[in-house]
Amino acid sequence: MMAVPRYWREIPARYNLIGKRCKICGNIYFPPRSICPVCRRKSVGQMEDYKLKGTGVVESYTVIHVPPPHFEGEEPYIMALIKLDEGTYVTGQIVECDEKEVHIGMRVRATFRKIMEDGEKGAIYYGYKFVKEE
Amino acid sequence: MKHFYTSFYFHFDNMVAIVGYGAYVPRYRIKVEEIARMWGDDATSISRGLGINEKSVPAIDEDTATIAVEAARRAVKSAGIDAGEIGAIYVGSESHPYAVKPTATIVAEAIGATPYLTAADYEFACKAGTAGMQNCIALVKAGMIKYGMAIGADVAQAAPGDALEYTAAAGGAAYIIGKDGIATINETASFTTDTPDFWRREGQPYPGHGERFTGEPAYYRHITNAARLLMEKMGTKPSDYDYAIFHQPNGKFPRRVAKMLGFNDEQIKPGLLCPIIGNTYSGSAMLGLAATLDVAKAGDHIIMVSFGSGAGSDAFDITVTNAIESYPRQNIRKMIEKKEYVDYGLYMKYRGEI
Ligand SMILES: [Zn+2]
Repeated sequence: MMAVPRYWREIPARYNLIGKRCKICGNIYFPPRSICPVCRRKSVGQMEDYKLKGTGVVESYTVIHVPPPHFEGEEPYIMALIKLDEGTYVTGQIVECDEKEVHIGMRVRATFRKIMEDGEKGAIYYGYKFVKEE
Repeated sequence: MKHFYTSFYFHFDNMVAIVGYGAYVPRYRIKVEEIARMWGDDATSISRGLGINEKSVPAIDEDTATIAVEAARRAVKSAGIDAGEIGAIYVGSESHPYAVKPTATIVAEAIGATPYLTAADYEFACKAGTAGMQNCIALVKAGMIKYGMAIGADVAQAAPGDALEYTAAAGGAAYIIGKDGIATINETASFTTDTPDFWRREGQPYPGHGERFTGEPAYYRHITNAARLLMEKMGTKPSDYDYAIFHQPNGKFPRRVAKMLGFNDEQIKPGLLCPIIGNTYSGSAMLGLAATLDVAKAGDHIIMVSFGSGAGSDAFDITVTNAIESYPRQNIRKMIEKKEYVDYGLYMKYRGEI
């Protein structure tokens, strides 16, 4: 389960894949970082918001058959490491894709889905998942 | 001459138009045969009686908010506007994910329209989205906002075994309203009464309905009155329109109401999506308009009339402009063709019933 304040802070990243770009070296970070690990102290105050396009390719994937709590009912589902076109990596679920169909190098794009519900009474968390690019 | 200029500028200042639109229908479908098989009903007679072959089914992780966001993002992208200039967002639905906590704020954040805007959720059975359109029209005309967005989206619920189960579907459409765009909205008219044809009490998962009562005193009465009032205001007759869209609770009602009013099958054809996706409730008429705009040409004259149980209808008189030619149209029918069938068991799972 996720705390509501943490979810709220992460909304820009979760809804719109907004990461950070270091103005000094140009590296893009997702999830967002407040300091560039390359430029270190020089990057303080030099990290700007950067919206990723949400398109990329599957680098590796795994099929989840025994899901963690709050994700029951969705199994089997595909979790993948995706290399976005901007060069940065993101982990996400691939939906509307058969496990026989998913493959390394498959083009995907981000979509907006329900990530989980905090039970019947709690908050509903939304964010990005990926679908095949058609 | 002075009078001419005054009225010209008055008219120009009050121009309001559809700047962009976007639609979303989930990928999954269930056939009427599959539902009929489950309940031992005669699929052929149900399919013929309702004028529907299959309906859309939302995935397990889709709801009204995700459908609204997908439609809204497509609208913003096609319109090519800066979402930060949207001053109002209204989401009409009868299946908002929260009882308290707006869907509109989720959409606003997801399209990057926050924080300088007003937003609210609307409820009026299947016509809450068109009520949102009217509000956006008024705000644009008043000069209070540059752009407004109105969305109609639903993941319709029906009790297993209820007749509504054959039609209750999922989908939505979003419209950006502004001063000028791809289609001018010339006029709107509404007809509203207190009619208990269909309802859902707070906390109840499924709606109740007045069975046969839903036809004559509800659907037909409100749509025909709103349409006639609009045509009276405009000085138009059915043959003046290239296309017509009426709310689609099934495939039969819109055909019949069109005939009652004097419209023919050709006029309603492009917008009649119910036979292939079911009744998308708040999305219904607005998706029909979107599919019609997909094929319309500059100068085409369109009438759209929504219906919401409870009951009311909003009618719109629309003229397509030259801007449609360069607008990147989505092709909703092509999106609908990309589908995957589910059986009744998977359908129940996606609906969160098992
Ligand atoms: Zn750096």
